[in-house]
Amino acid sequence: MLDNLKEFASEFFVTGDPLILGAQVSIALTMIAIVIVLTYFKKWRWLWTEWLTTVDHKKIGIMYIIASLLMLFRGGVDALLMRTQLAMPELNFLEAEHYNQIFTTHGVIMILFMAMPLMFGLFNIIVPLQIGARDVAYPFLNSMSFWLFFWGAMLFNMSFVIGGSPDAGWLAYPPLSELSHSPGVGQNFYIWGIQISGIGSLATGINFIVTILKMRAPGMRLMKMPMFSWSVLSSCISIIFAFPILTVTLFLLFLDRFLGAHFFTLDGGGNPMMYINLIWMWGHPEVYIVVLPAFGIFSEVVAAFSRKKLFGYASMVFAMIAISVAAFFTWAHHFFTMGSGANVNAFFAVTTMIIAIPTGVKVFNWLFTMFRGKIQFTTPMMWAIAFIPCFVVGGMTGVLLSVAPADFQFHNSYFLIAHFHQVLIGGVVFGYFAGLYYWWPKMFGFKLNEHLGKWAFWFWNIGFYVCFMPQYLLGLMGMTRRINVYDFDMGWQPLNVVSTIGAFLMGIAFLFQVWQIAHSIKFHKKDTTGDSWGVGRTLEWSIPSPAPVYNFATIPVADERDWWWEEKERREQGIQPKAIPLEPIHMPKNSAIPFIKSLCWFTAGFGFVFNWLWIAIPGLIGVAICMLVRSFQYDTDYYIQVDEIKRTEAALRGAN
Amino acid sequence: MANHDTGAHKSHGGSFKSYLIGFLLSIVLTIIPLVVVLNDMMSRNATLIVILAMAVLQFLVQLFFFMHIRDEEKPRYNLMTLILAVVILLTIVAGSIWIMTYNMTAG
Amino acid sequence: MAHAASHHDHDHGHHDQEELKTFGFWIFLMTDCILFATLFATFVVLRLNTSGGPTAEELFSMPGIIAETFILLTSSFTSGLAVLSMQKGDKKGLIGWLIVTLALGIAFVTMEITEFVHMVHEGATISTSGFLSSFFTLVGAHGLHVSIGIVWMIALVLQLARRGITSVTKRKVTIISLYWHFLDVVWIFVFTVVYLMGVM
Repeated sequence: MLDNLKEFASEFFVTGDPLILGAQVSIALTMIAIVIVLTYFKKWRWLWTEWLTTVDHKKIGIMYIIASLLMLFRGGVDALLMRTQLAMPELNFLEAEHYNQIFTTHGVIMILFMAMPLMFGLFNIIVPLQIGARDVAYPFLNSMSFWLFFWGAMLFNMSFVIGGSPDAGWLAYPPLSELSHSPGVGQNFYIWGIQISGIGSLATGINFIVTILKMRAPGMRLMKMPMFSWSVLSSCISIIFAFPILTVTLFLLFLDRFLGAHFFTLDGGGNPMMYINLIWMWGHPEVYIVVLPAFGIFSEVVAAFSRKKLFGYASMVFAMIAISVAAFFTWAHHFFTMGSGANVNAFFAVTTMIIAIPTGVKVFNWLFTMFRGKIQFTTPMMWAIAFIPCFVVGGMTGVLLSVAPADFQFHNSYFLIAHFHQVLIGGVVFGYFAGLYYWWPKMFGFKLNEHLGKWAFWFWNIGFYVCFMPQYLLGLMGMTRRINVYDFDMGWQPLNVVSTIGAFLMGIAFLFQVWQIAHSIKFHKKDTTGDSWGVGRTLEWSIPSPAPVYNFATIPVADERDWWWEEKERREQGIQPKAIPLEPIHMPKNSAIPFIKSLCWFTAGFGFVFNWLWIAIPGLIGVAICMLVRSFQYDTDYYIQVDEIKRTEAALRGAN
Repeated sequence: MANHDTGAHKSHGGSFKSYLIGFLLSIVLTIIPLVVVLNDMMSRNATLIVILAMAVLQFLVQLFFFMHIRDEEKPRYNLMTLILAVVILLTIVAGSIWIMTYNMTAG
Repeated sequence: MAHAASHHDHDHGHHDQEELKTFGFWIFLMTDCILFATLFATFVVLRLNTSGGPTAEELFSMPGIIAETFILLTSSFTSGLAVLSMQKGDKKGLIGWLIVTLALGIAFVTMEITEFVHMVHEGATISTSGFLSSFFTLVGAHGLHVSIGIVWMIALVLQLARRGITSVTKRKVTIISLYWHFLDVVWIFVFTVVYLMGVM
C-alpha cells in the first residue's frame, strides 16, 4: 500500500531536479504563508466578497494585472535560465529535456498568460472609464473570463511540479506533440491550460466589442472616441475571429491524443501540416491582438505628455481597423519553408509587406504629435519614446523575413528570435508598461515613484539591446532556435555571453520595478485631483482616483474628442458644467458562479490531463449545473440610491 | 446604465406568411441538390456548383425569412459582423485548401 | 417626481440590458461560425485520407440523412412560429411550438446517434482514418450544439411556464431561436459538403 503510494507520488510529482525541488518547496511555503496570513488577519471573508466574487471591472482588472506580473516573473526566470545555459559552449546547466520544457513554457506563459492578461487588465480598468460607462456590457461574463484565465493558467503552471511540463515548443507542432512522440502528460496540460483560458479570452472579446459599440456616453460618436478604446475595439475584432480557430485546433490535437483520432498524426491519414496551417491562422492575428492595444496606449500617452491633440486621428483609426482585418491574411508567412508552392508564398509575402504600411502610418502620426509639443519626460512618455525606434527596427527585420526566398535562410534562426522579441518586447511590453505607469494613479490613487521608474526604464532598455542585437548576428551566423548546447568552434560564444548579460540587465530592471511598486505603496502621496498627471485628455481623468464602484455619479455628454481637456479649458474660463441631477444607479450583483464554474473547468481539465474520467466527468457536470443555475437566476442586479451616491462622492471629493 | 446608439427594434419577428415562404423555399432548395446528386444529372463540377449555390441560397433564406437580418436598425452592426465573419470564414476554408494543395498526404 | 424618474430609468435600463444581450449573442454566433469554418476546412483537407478504411460513398446511407435534414428544417420553422406566438403574447402557443421544436430536435439527435452507432459497428470509428476523424468531429460538433440547445430549451420552457412572457424571457426566446436557425444553416452546409459531396 505504502509502496504503491510512493510509486504513484514519484510519477505524479516531478522529481529529481534540484531546481524544481527548490521551486516545489518555495511554492508550498508560499501557499502555507498565504493561508496563515489570511486566517490570522481574518481576511477570508473579505477575499471572497470583495475579490473572488466581484463583478466590478476595476477589481477584475487589478486581479488580471497582479496575475500577469506574477507570470512575467515566472516567464522571466525561464528566460534567464535559458540564457544562462547558452552563455557558454557545451554547458551542462540544463539538460536537453529540461531546456525544451523551459523554452516551451517561456513562450506560452509570456504570450498567453502574461501579455494577454496584462492587456485584459488594462481593457477592464480603462475602457469603461474612458467611454463613460458604469461597467462592461456583461459584468458576470467578465468575471467568468477572468476566472477561466486564472484557472487555465494555474492548470498550465501546475505542470511544472506535477506530471511534467510540456516540451514541444510554444505552438506544440505535431507530430512532436502527438502521443507517439510526447507520451507524457505535459502536452495535455498545455492543451487544457490554454483551452480553458482561451474560452475566457473569447468571451472578453465579445464583451468589449459590445461595451464599446453600445455603451458610450451620450454624444460620444465613434469618431469622437479616445484612441485606446479604438485600439481595444480593433483588437477584440481580431479576438472573436481568431480564438475559435485556436479552440478547434487544440481540441483536434486533444482528440488525437485522447481518442486516437488521425488529424495530425503521421499515420492513419493524418496531416501534421494542417495543424501548422490552422494554428497560425490564430497565431498571426494573436500577435496583432496583443500589439494593437499597445498602439492605443502610445496614442494616449504621446498626446497627453506632448500636450497636443493626437495627429491624424482618422488615419489612426483606419490603420487600426485595417490591421485587425488584414491580420487574417498573412498567416502562411510563418511557414514559407513548408512547401506550399510559389504562388502561396508569393501571395503571403505580399500581404505581409502590405500590413507594414498602416503600421508605418501610425509611427508618423506619433512623431507628428510630438513635433512642437511641450514634451514632459515622465516614465510613461519615456516608454512611449523608447518604443518607436525599437519597434521600427523590429518591424523592418520583419519585412526582411517576409521576403519568402530570403526567409529560407532566416527561418528558425536566432534572427527570427531577435525579430519577434523586438516587436513583442519593444512593442507590447513597452506599451503595456507605458499604460501601467500612466493609468496606475487611476487604479490606486497614487503615482509610482518616478525616480526608481527611470532606473527600471534604463535597465530595461539597455538590457534589451544588449540582449537581442547580438542575436540577429547569431542568427546570420547560423545559430538556430531551440538548441541547448553548441560547440566551441562555432564561434558563437562571445555574442552569446553579451546576450546573456543583456538578459540579466532586464532581470535587474524587473527587480527595480518590484522595488518601485513596494516603495510607492509605502511612501506614496495620495492623489486628490483625479487628474493625477495634470495632462489628462479623456473621460477617465474627470472622475476621482480610484474611481467609485459606479464610476460616474452622472454621465457627462462627451461630444468632443478630448472632452476632459476641453472641459478643463472651459472651467478655466469660468464656464461651469451644467449640473445633472443624480439618479439611482443600476448595478450588477456579485456572483460566486464564475469562480465555481471556472474551478469546475479546472477540475475537468485536470481529469483529462491524467485521463482520469472519474475527475473529468464530475467537473463537466459541475460546469453544466453552474450554467443551469445561472439561467434560472433572475435577481441579478440592484440599485445604488441617490443619498448613498452623495455620501460616496462627498467622501471622495471632500478629501481635497 | 447603458447608453445606446440604437433604439428598440420593434418590427423584429416578421409575419406567419414570411415564415411559411421561408420554410417552403428551404424545402425546395434542399430537394433540388438532392435530385441532382442522387440521379447523377450533371457533370461533377456542375453538380458541385449547383449544390453549393443551393446551400448559399438556403443560408440567405434562413437569414432573411427566419433571422430577419433586414429588420435591423442603423448602425447595422449585426450585418457588419456577419459580413466580416463570412469573409474570414471563406479565408479559412479557401486558404486551407489552397495552402494544403501541395501538402496533401494521400492515403 | 424623483421617484417617477427612477421608475422610468428602471424600465429603460432593463430593456437596454436585453437588447445588449441579444447583440452579444449574435457576436457569439459569429464566433461559432468561425469554429465550424475551421472544422469544415479540416474536413475538406482530410476527406480523401481514408487510409484504407471505408470511404464516404461506402458509408453514408442517404435516406436517414435526408430525414434528418427535413426534421431540422421543420424545427427551424417551428422555432420561428414560437417567436411569432411570443410576439402576439400567446404564452400557450409559445410553449407549444417550443415543445414541438424540442421533439424534432430530440428526433434529430436520436437519428444521428443511431447513425453513428451503426457506423462504429461497421468498424468506422474516429480512429480509423483522417477522413473519419474529421467526419465524426464536424458532424458530432453540430450534434453537440443541438443537444446543448435541447437542454437549454427545456430550461427555458420551465422558466416560461413559471414566469410567463417578460422582457427577460422574451430575450431568451429570441436568442435561442437565433441559435436554432443558425444550427439549421450549419446543417445545410454539413449536408452539402459532407454528405452530398461525399456520395456524388
